[in-house]
Amino acid sequence: MQSRLNKIREEAKAQIESARTQTEIEEIRVRLLGKKGVLTQILRGMGQLSPEERKETGQMTNKVRSEIENMLGEKFEAAKRAAKEAQFKIEKVDVTEPGKGRSLGVKHPLTITMEEISKVFMNMGFSIVEGPEVETVFNNFDALNAGPNHPARDMTDTFYITEDVLLRTQTSPVQVRTLMKQKPPIKVISPGRCFRCDTPDATHSPMFHQIEGLVVDEGITMADLKGTLDSFAKQLFGPETKTKFRPHHFPFTEPSAEVDVSCFKCGGKGCRVCKGSGWIEILGCGMVHPNVLKVGGLDTEKYTGFAFGLGVERVAMLKYGVDDIRLFYENDMRFIEQFK
Amino acid sequence: MLVPVEWINDYIDLKDVLTEEFCEKMIMSGSNLETCEYFCQDLEKVVVGRIEVIEKHPDADKLVVCRINVGDAEAAGKGEDGLVQIVTGAPNVFEGAYVPVALHKSHIPGPLHGQPKQEGGVKITKGKLRGVESFGMLCSCGELGFDDKVVPIAHRDGIWILDPEVYEGIEEKVGQDFADALELKQAVVDFEITPNRPDCLAMVGMAREAAATFGRSFSYPDIAIADADSSKKSSDYVSVEIKNTDACRRYVARIVTDVQVKQSPWWLQKRLMYAGMRPINNIVDITNFVMLEYGQPIHAFDIKEVHGNKIIVDNAAPGEVFTTLDETERKMDEDMLMIKDAERSIAIAGVMGGLNSEIEDDTQTIIVESANFNGDSIRTTAKRLGLRTEASARFEKGIDPNLTEAAADRVCRLIELIGAGKVCEGSVDVYPNPVKARVIDVRVDRINHVLGIDLPREEMVRMLEGLEIKVEGEGNIMTVTPPTVRQDLLEEEDYIEEIARMYGYDKLPVTLPRGNNEAGMPYERHIRDMAREALCGLGLNEIQTYSFVSPSGVDKVRIDEDSWERAFVKIINPLGEDTSVMRTILTPNMMDVLARNYSRNIEAARAFEIGNTFMDNPISQDHLPDEDYSLCIGMYGKIEDFFTLKGVIVELLSVLGIRKPVFVAESEYGVYHPGRCARILVEASPEMKAAGEEYEELGIMGEIHPDVAEGYGMDGVRVYCCELMFGAILRKANTEIVYSPLPKFPSTSRDIALLVEENMEVGRIKKVIEEFGKPILESVELFDVYRGQQVEDGKKSVAFNLVYRDMEKTLTDDEVAKVHQEVLDALKEKLQAVLREI
Repeated sequence: MQSRLNKIREEAKAQIESARTQTEIEEIRVRLLGKKGVLTQILRGMGQLSPEERKETGQMTNKVRSEIENMLGEKFEAAKRAAKEAQFKIEKVDVTEPGKGRSLGVKHPLTITMEEISKVFMNMGFSIVEGPEVETVFNNFDALNAGPNHPARDMTDTFYITEDVLLRTQTSPVQVRTLMKQKPPIKVISPGRCFRCDTPDATHSPMFHQIEGLVVDEGITMADLKGTLDSFAKQLFGPETKTKFRPHHFPFTEPSAEVDVSCFKCGGKGCRVCKGSGWIEILGCGMVHPNVLKVGGLDTEKYTGFAFGLGVERVAMLKYGVDDIRLFYENDMRFIEQFK
Repeated sequence: MLVPVEWINDYIDLKDVLTEEFCEKMIMSGSNLETCEYFCQDLEKVVVGRIEVIEKHPDADKLVVCRINVGDAEAAGKGEDGLVQIVTGAPNVFEGAYVPVALHKSHIPGPLHGQPKQEGGVKITKGKLRGVESFGMLCSCGELGFDDKVVPIAHRDGIWILDPEVYEGIEEKVGQDFADALELKQAVVDFEITPNRPDCLAMVGMAREAAATFGRSFSYPDIAIADADSSKKSSDYVSVEIKNTDACRRYVARIVTDVQVKQSPWWLQKRLMYAGMRPINNIVDITNFVMLEYGQPIHAFDIKEVHGNKIIVDNAAPGEVFTTLDETERKMDEDMLMIKDAERSIAIAGVMGGLNSEIEDDTQTIIVESANFNGDSIRTTAKRLGLRTEASARFEKGIDPNLTEAAADRVCRLIELIGAGKVCEGSVDVYPNPVKARVIDVRVDRINHVLGIDLPREEMVRMLEGLEIKVEGEGNIMTVTPPTVRQDLLEEEDYIEEIARMYGYDKLPVTLPRGNNEAGMPYERHIRDMAREALCGLGLNEIQTYSFVSPSGVDKVRIDEDSWERAFVKIINPLGEDTSVMRTILTPNMMDVLARNYSRNIEAARAFEIGNTFMDNPISQDHLPDEDYSLCIGMYGKIEDFFTLKGVIVELLSVLGIRKPVFVAESEYGVYHPGRCARILVEASPEMKAAGEEYEELGIMGEIHPDVAEGYGMDGVRVYCCELMFGAILRKANTEIVYSPLPKFPSTSRDIALLVEENMEVGRIKKVIEEFGKPILESVELFDVYRGQQVEDGKKSVAFNLVYRDMEKTLTDDEVAKVHQEVLDALKEKLQAVLREI
């Protein structure tokens, strides 16, 4: 009996070793261990044996059976692994092929720039306010202390709808609307479109975007103006940025200033972007003229304020190195998609 | 305002200050500059020469061969006679002429005659012209770097001829470096003068600023007539009457006899040229010189043309026609101010003189006019005549009437100085209402409060006095008297500015405002931002187009003749027809952009714009039009069709909380393909429903009509567009998100395919299913539309997936079967939709 079992085991071993696939292994299992398998037959035939023989044969047979089961199991796992690996080989992809699916759309670079600037100011506690693009002459000029003969009122500078209605030349009329509506503390920015009679060329556009700001409260000083805009410049252009305030003149602020920032391309050493000066003019600002505060019915002894404004196109052109303002309004998809 | 640094040094000694430092300090004290140009810095080997011999060129009619004396100058090509041979084509050379000579290996700024300006100048070397050797070049003013508009007419078209009468002592300078001989090397600063500071449109004004900036003293020009003709008084020659004292605040006249009109001496010509003006003759040059010096325009009349020896300042006569000295006839209005004599007009006050009283070469006696005209009056006149002159521009900005006398005296002093005439004693001065300085009180503590500094009174007084402002009073109060030329110093804040700029903006402290604010933004902007984010997420690029458009845009997109889209807000003074009206819709601009991209061979584009549209509103209180945002989507490309666009719209609306838009076929709107266009509706608000409206319109979408596409050069291209009214979206948007619990009980799914007529809308079928599937129908989705084999012509098969679920319990088969059968029966009965086997 022992030798017969040994023989079965040896034969099984050889068969299992030569088996290749999971199916072949399954066949071997059925042949040896299945209901009609050799070992099953032996165990079934044990009824004719004596109890001692039965016990001995049973033990021997079960031992061989479990040995074969182990062999089968190991081989089965190995075959499964091999099959998977073969599958992986077949399924290998060329990772350098392009990705599928639609790409994200892109916001207009002027929107991106406006959002960036707005975000900086919102982080400093400024609220956004909006107003119409078609404005009254009063809100655009008179209320902003621009006298009846101010040159900007000329038909050569400003687009008119009627004698009293125009396309706003700045977003400051929104500040006027705010002053008439809201009591201090006021801390707002107004982003939006503006219009001036400029024939389009590489640096001029009859329509452009501005962001203007207004702060009115008790005890606001020119030092606060410097601090706010210096902080803005550092947040927008980097912490190393320096600012330079130069005296200037605007009708609705006094004292007024133009603000240069140290060139963010060369850091102030002088380059093409800053035309060698190391500085880039970016903002106009000043202390709100009392005549403007009076439009809002404010006590000018109690309240002071500052205002500022900057051109979005100019910032975008400097930031991205765009050399022709008209590109913003051509809307070539290849242009816009660069701002992803 | 061009300011030659040399000129400023006449009044304030800044010779030890480098030009760079001068510029920087002036900027920081409030005189911003545009440019600073250094003249003749790179002029090399250009010397003064004298043409000794001129011979004809053997082979060229238009060229001559000059032999030139360059004295001791080191020069290539000097012959045995010590002369240098140079060939020139200039017509104005003559033997004995003194000229600038660019020697072999010299450098000049250029540009060469008739050639474009070259960066870095031009190198001159010897060469042969038509076979004859030439060892350099004779130069014109332009070739030495002077702008064409300042070059004296006499030698504008030829070599710069140095007449010894003008260039005194030039005979002794032969061979000298040209720039040194004529003292050409100097810096000219172009200051940007802001409209509040017309006083700075004058050398004296800039000198005053420089004096305050550098803390130095400065002196006014010399106006003392040394040798007036005491036998003749100005008042013997002319009387002055001002009839319109509003428009003419002051009129000063002085008389100069024995006038010799000729070229000005070089020093005077040079001043004008560097300041940007062309020298004409000595009298005109002096009037221009004084205008630049004081900012006061001066006019000179030939007294023999001033009939009745009378000057009358009065408005133009009705229907008057007047010929100005530019030989143009002009129609005058009755409110325009004229200078008249006893019989006729002789000048348009403050704008331009008349041809009839112009200074001629034989003029002997002149009236020097130094008058002050009202800026508004001059502005109106100049504007209406379309005639803006240097004088009118200055009057428009405002001039101090107290300048007139000094300016008239200065003209006379200069005439005397250069020996151009004899000055009569005294002047005729009509000044009915003398202008006095505006004296006010300003407060030390207020100035410190606004600037955020703590400056002592003494410091402030010192700064103000540096600007020639007289300060009185004590303690906190400074009683200030500005020079009358400073017409901008009216109120306290004007003085705050003076202190700020004299203190130095750069020295002001840097602080942040106290107090906290909450940042917010309008809800509408928030919704626009959400829409923008969503559309970008869906793969659309944002565009920005002009708010003003061509009125023909609505024609191009086939908008009906009397439609609201044509109720334009019009611009009175547009740049052109293309930008003459405010847009009412965004679609034409979108089509322009898509067409531009298509024409640039860009295969596909998906774009959107969120922008303002404008509607005329005749009854609005402030006369402003209605402004509302619109949202426009446009796309073309291989993968686009009606449903890719619809998908974008549905997703966009769902992001904004508008869940169940209804799309209703529209075939009448000219923009779109009649079979591929839909109005986009949503359920109306309760108020609107009460008024009988079931739906509210959000906008319209579709495939652009082929005729429209063709009009944009997109023949045969399928373009998809949509225009949504943002106002309506805003009313409907709901950004609040409320969670609904996840289902606890299983669902049952049924697929059905229905055979229906070809024109049966899926939306209608869906509506019936939804109506009869209630309350256990959870969702119904179309998953297939089939035409072809096994479906007879004129019909289609539409397949839906229906999901049933009860949120409270597990549905039994019977419950589902019962509802499902009701649905099928209803479809059959109402829509004749027959169930097909799948």
